Amino acid sequence: MNEDKRRQRTKMVTYPSGAVIPERDLGKSPVLECSHLGIEFGGLKAVEDFNLVLGRTEIAGLIGPNGAGKTTIFNLLTKVYQPTHGSVLIDGLDTQSMTVVDVSKAGVARTFQNIRLFGNMSVEDNVRIGLHNQIKYDMFTGIFRLPRYFSREKQQHEKAMELLDIFNMADLADAKAGSLPYGAQRRLEIVRALATNPKLLLLDEPAAGMNPHETEELMDNILRIRDSFQIAVLLIEHDMNLVMGICEGICVLNFGRVIAKGTPEEIQSNPVVIEAYLGKKKEAGQ
Amino acid sequence: MNAKKKRLIYNLSTYAIVVIAFAWCQFLLNNGGMTRSLKGQLVPICCWVIMAVSLNLVVGISGELSLGHAGFMSVGAFTGIILSGWLQNGMGMADETLRLVIAIAGGGLLAGIAGVMIGIPVLRLRGDYLAIVTLAFGEIIRNVMNCLYVSVEGRGLHIDFLNPSLPGKLLLNGPNGAVSVSKISTFTAGFILVMLSLFVVLNLTNSRSGRAIMAVRDARIAAESVGINTTKYRMMAFVISAVLAGMAGALYGLNYSTLVAGKFKFDQSINVLVFVVLGGIGNTMGAVVAAAALTILPELLREFSTYRMLVYAIVLIVVMLATNNPLLKQWFSNMTNRARGLVRRDKPAADGEGGNPA
Ligand SMILES: Nc1ncnc2c1ncn2[C@@H]1O[C@H](COP(=O)(O)OP(=O)(O)OP(=O)(O)O)[C@@H](O)[C@H]1O
Ligand SMILES: [Mg+2]
Repeated sequence: MNEDKRRQRTKMVTYPSGAVIPERDLGKSPVLECSHLGIEFGGLKAVEDFNLVLGRTEIAGLIGPNGAGKTTIFNLLTKVYQPTHGSVLIDGLDTQSMTVVDVSKAGVARTFQNIRLFGNMSVEDNVRIGLHNQIKYDMFTGIFRLPRYFSREKQQHEKAMELLDIFNMADLADAKAGSLPYGAQRRLEIVRALATNPKLLLLDEPAAGMNPHETEELMDNILRIRDSFQIAVLLIEHDMNLVMGICEGICVLNFGRVIAKGTPEEIQSNPVVIEAYLGKKKEAGQ
Repeated sequence: MNAKKKRLIYNLSTYAIVVIAFAWCQFLLNNGGMTRSLKGQLVPICCWVIMAVSLNLVVGISGELSLGHAGFMSVGAFTGIILSGWLQNGMGMADETLRLVIAIAGGGLLAGIAGVMIGIPVLRLRGDYLAIVTLAFGEIIRNVMNCLYVSVEGRGLHIDFLNPSLPGKLLLNGPNGAVSVSKISTFTAGFILVMLSLFVVLNLTNSRSGRAIMAVRDARIAAESVGINTTKYRMMAFVISAVLAGMAGALYGLNYSTLVAGKFKFDQSINVLVFVVLGGIGNTMGAVVAAAALTILPELLREFSTYRMLVYAIVLIVVMLATNNPLLKQWFSNMTNRARGLVRRDKPAADGEGGNPA
């Protein structure tokens, strides 16, 4: 069923500003707007003049050779790095003076290329930590076990199990997060990100280390998550099968600059993109 | 067995160890089966257990290195002594229990304020600055206490720096420390305070705030990315720990008739750190056992007199090797698994009943 859905291409339309988004998101304000975003590390322009507009329920891909600056863009969007140029609007809010925590509260959640789970804690606790700002009670309620403690803990437990069910991980709830296999750790990171109730989900190489079967499942799940949560997804991925299969818009990065933008078909036939990738292949072959 | 049930059993056994130890000591006390020197160690053992439990909150659960934990104990001890002395001599309060409670609360409060004052500038920074600053704090407190003179006259307190000629009854006498303290600490108070600190630390770790503290320890950037204010939770662990150390300090200070600031030197901070490391970093039950065992050990080794510190050092090294050696660890876990298997075979119904998590 999802197989068919994937082949069904989204109709992309152009905003008055020139940005391209899926037609179904046209009536709604964009969830993310970057303009002229850039950062320098002591003279090295890691990202330069990056512009992107994301529709409310768009799945977009960010691709490019190693060291192109993809992860750096995620770090700029989430304020792990402070941009030296340009601006980022999340749901219309300027992130200029925001911290990493503010960005999370504004509705952006992410996963990490090098997995960053709370490794000594259980799978369920990892998700509960994702629920930190969703189901709250204060320190004194926790220490003195006031009635709210029990009701909120129960809510957290139920919500965590519900979220783990997305990836059929409910039976792993008591396992130590650090001891899970690689693929499961990546899935848990997505669940934890979803627990923060985001509007925009950033996935940094979600299929890395997964076998083809797991990747196939992941593609279905990303589509399902988008449909049921009605959120936008921006993903970095080297697996072209995944990118071409589920992304509606794709942005290609090389040496910190955008070299191409468009639908999967447009990107696949773009000579500049082919050169960037083939050129790299040649180097690798030598 | 699910994680929740395991945690419950762990918490209950931690409380149980303390309760049983307390009951056993009471039994020995009533039957005269306890040596004089051991009797004198009862309150200090409680103090060091609280110190270990509270330092474990910072080092094991929050993942920060603190090298000045004795400094908070010192603040609590001298606050408690002054408060108790003032209430007794200035306010004429005869009720010892009430005085002790107020002194402990005051000691905890002031140590907590010191914790906030250190935490605000340091915990906003990334990196291991806390170790350096707490180390300095411990030394500064000791030097300040050495120069502080406090006396009580009428209902008022005189506090002066470097000036020993104060009117009234002297409570704090500079480098000579606290003098003629009325010893109001009791073993029962120590036991209650140990239970209280266990209650606070164990309940905290099994709550939203505690999970946030551990999240910051395990992966700071990830914790921020899910919206956890890392400074707030590092601060929470650090200040709660300081408060508990201050309370332990007040209890400790009011257990002796005199007390000098030199009691809370850097090596005391390291001693408490040793309890935490030997107990298994992050393991509250381990910290309790290690603190109690290592406080009694030197007493028990008194017979060896000259070789005492040598034996103590060897025991430390052996325990550290044993807890870090993978082969020995494997052997221990095999043994415990086998023990568990035996228990299961004895009670086949246990698994069936396990369906209801408490
Ligand atoms: N904190 C930093 N300080 C200095 N240079 C940095 C920093 N972060 C990233 N860079 C540089 O920026 C460039 C882009 O790195 P980035 O991690 O964004 O690449 P990427 O596209 O994610 O690559 P990959 O596919 O290998 O993950 C690299 O040259 C990297 O060395
Ligand atoms: Mg990267």
